[in-house]
Amino acid sequence: MKQFIQCIAENNQHQSTHLLKMLREIQDRYHYIPKDAIEQLSELLNIPRTQIISVVEFYSFFHLSPRGKYELLISDSITDHMLGKKNLLDYLAKILSVTVGEVREDGLVSLGNASCTGMCDQGPAGLVNGYALTRLDQPACDQIAALINQQKPLVEWPSELFQVDDNIYKSGLLLNQPYVQGAALRAMIDRGIKATLAEVDGSGLRGRGGAGFKTATKWKFCSEEPQTERYVVCNADEGEPGTFKDRVLLNSYTDQVFEGMAVCAAIIGARQGFLYLRGEYLHLHDKLERILEQRRQNGLLGTNIMGVGLDFDIEICLGAGAYICGEESALIESLEGKAGIPRNRPPYPVTQGYLGKPTVVNNVETFLAATGIAVNGGDWFASIGTEKSKGTKILSISGDCARPGIYEYPFGITVQTILNDCGAVDVLGIQVGGPSGTFISNQEFERKLAFEDLATGGSFIIFNSSRDILDMVNNFTHFFAHESCGFCTPCRVGTALLKKQLAKIVDGHGSAGDVVALEELCQLVKNHSHCGLGQTAANPILTTLERYPDLYHSRLKEISFEPGFDLDGALATARRLANRDDAGAHLAQTESEHE
Amino acid sequence: MSKTITIDGKIIPFEDGQTIMDAAMAAGVYIPHLCHQPEFTPHGSCKLCTVNVNGRNCTACTFPAIDGQEVLNETQELIDDRKKITQMLFVEGNHFCPSCEKTGNCQLQGVAYHLNMLDNHFPLFYPDRKVDASHTEVMIDHNRCIFCTLCVRASQQKDGKDVFAISGRGIDKHLIVNAQSGLLKDTDLNVTDHACAVCPTGAILIKRTGYQVPIGQRIYDHKQIDQVSLATEQHKHGE
Ligand SMILES: Cc1cc2nc3c(=O)[nH]c(=O)nc-3n(C[C@H](O)[C@H](O)[C@H](O)COP(=O)(O)O)c2cc1C
Ligand code: SF4
Ligand code: FES
Repeated sequence: MKQFIQCIAENNQHQSTHLLKMLREIQDRYHYIPKDAIEQLSELLNIPRTQIISVVEFYSFFHLSPRGKYELLISDSITDHMLGKKNLLDYLAKILSVTVGEVREDGLVSLGNASCTGMCDQGPAGLVNGYALTRLDQPACDQIAALINQQKPLVEWPSELFQVDDNIYKSGLLLNQPYVQGAALRAMIDRGIKATLAEVDGSGLRGRGGAGFKTATKWKFCSEEPQTERYVVCNADEGEPGTFKDRVLLNSYTDQVFEGMAVCAAIIGARQGFLYLRGEYLHLHDKLERILEQRRQNGLLGTNIMGVGLDFDIEICLGAGAYICGEESALIESLEGKAGIPRNRPPYPVTQGYLGKPTVVNNVETFLAATGIAVNGGDWFASIGTEKSKGTKILSISGDCARPGIYEYPFGITVQTILNDCGAVDVLGIQVGGPSGTFISNQEFERKLAFEDLATGGSFIIFNSSRDILDMVNNFTHFFAHESCGFCTPCRVGTALLKKQLAKIVDGHGSAGDVVALEELCQLVKNHSHCGLGQTAANPILTTLERYPDLYHSRLKEISFEPGFDLDGALATARRLANRDDAGAHLAQTESEHE
Repeated sequence: MSKTITIDGKIIPFEDGQTIMDAAMAAGVYIPHLCHQPEFTPHGSCKLCTVNVNGRNCTACTFPAIDGQEVLNETQELIDDRKKITQMLFVEGNHFCPSCEKTGNCQLQGVAYHLNMLDNHFPLFYPDRKVDASHTEVMIDHNRCIFCTLCVRASQQKDGKDVFAISGRGIDKHLIVNAQSGLLKDTDLNVTDHACAVCPTGAILIKRTGYQVPIGQRIYDHKQIDQVSLATEQHKHGE
């Protein structure tokens, strides 16, 4: 092991910014991060061991104790649940003789849950040693169990298990755009850098990652910073459950995304870029590296790009299972080899980002759009969409519909049109923008997708009338509690409390005051949390409570006060020991229950 | 003309580079805080110092004072919310004040008194946390840690060491120490380090100094935390 670690450190020039990359290699090899590895790394990188431990304990894909040689994780997205995830997980546990969350005695396999893996259009999905598994069903599980028990290396597994489809059902302005490698850079050079920024400005392009900040303004601010060492970051963390369009863009529009980053780099004066790729998209990594290499060879990346003296290169950095790393300042912390904890702002990344230097962070789709705009000009983009939301939006559609997948629409499209296109019938409601977005009921299908009405990063999950809204709310609430970074009190404790308070009501232990208490807690978490995660973590409850108050109230008990202590529940152990379950072995909480 | 902000209508001068907390404390206006001490880089995590700035909630200990800001501090809404945030800190850990050596000197308790917190409001978590009594002179009771990182910062910024760190994610966050064994005794902590004296609660205690001041004669037994805080920190915020 000593030599292995030594080698890893050398390959990474002993840079602690590469800590995640090194830990990934160690986790891959040993299926955990051994104590000795931490000691050795701490010396080699000259950082305290506590810094390494805190990184290991922060990310879901690193472990201080051994996982199975085959680490199997099943996606916990609501869409996976709608496709029968629970039964599948139980089935896997049974046929593999392993308890969920644990390692089998022989150390060969471990089984667990993962937050949404970005395969909602082809679930139930999972990961085996980091590689995406799609369309899981019982036969696939049988096959996987056999392969594991035979200890077949992953490369020998049938490729169908890992097949990831694009599922593009509707292309528009961006997805239909023909592309020649280098065209955007050529157009920029011909037009001039300042004039190209003016085109991006004129296009009205706003960030596609959710917040919708005007892209040209961000680039302009960054280019005007006094510090001249600057960075471009492409945010491919795509952790919002129900979102998978960046996966498709990276798979099939790769060059356009990289070229958009290069255009941005030229405009802001950056020589280094990063693609922060969520760990769940490991399957895309080698392909992305190949395309980067190809661009280098074609003079579109590296030094003296297109012979005009531009220098710019891109490094791919893999995440390790943390939704919060999609938040731009947490992402930057992660790029620096640290736990993904959002920074205090101001200063914003455009003034102090990666290593304290001015940094532009944009979504994958934003860079794709920038490439189109650099080639075709701002009007091409601005002529489509609405007054405040120019251009098109690429949606990830999943849930109850005939054709889940990728759809590109001009902004301003109505929800009903989308539902017709993807073949959704008997719809109860839609989660627009993922758990952090809004739940809309079937009374609101004339609403429009646009920053001024229903803003969305692209997640669009459809629920038909056979679904229980509270199951969904419960799933989302658990997601936020699981993904809270824990930095600030309102979110760390608040999301855990939301889970408890919601469960109390859903499980039928709530009484009159409990819905009010739930709502109060939601407001507290929303209004006082440090970053967007906490500020939106209560949205699933708030947006459904607003639309379906009766749903919550119908679960309440008929008493005005529910004690924190469940008398009857507390007797369960005694009943089990006494092997009794008759009426006399139960205690009522209130007088009325006796009657 | 010097620059000013207003806090609850009162005009407060400030200098460039000062946070809202700096300006307020220097002017003798108390904003409740737990994770902040003027000697250390602000952290902004407990959120007790939340104030409303021009209609938006901001963290006073990290947010820069900007000319003309209208800051609300002592509104009933903010007081209520701060109380709930304090209650969150209480239910998250295991805080049994009557049996804690720090009682009366504890800032968490002091803030709770100040905000008139009379119950826990939220259900208790009863987490399973340990005590590290391995060190001959200093002990850690993890049950009382509120993750303010003051010990982490004090060790780094004042003692020139790296004894403490916060590890884990979400509700599983916990304090760790820099030793291969994971025990305090194997770190380079010294009882005279600033890190040993900075804990706002009873999570880090110096051994054999307990109960030297009898209960009833302790800091917050007689004074409100706002008075104490201003008396000890006001001049430091002016610096
Ligand atoms: C909890 C959280 C998660 C986020 N996840 C992502 C993400 O996966 N991808 C993304 O592009 N932006 C994400 N964002 C938004 C980013 O912080 C940032 O605004 C965005 O990357 C900027 O790019 P844009 O202007 O091109 O949208 C997230 C924000 C929060 C608060
Ligand atoms: S809101 Fe949640 S995720 Fe954001 S900093 Fe606070 S604890 Fe971390
Ligand atoms: S004192 Fe400002 S956040 Fe803790």
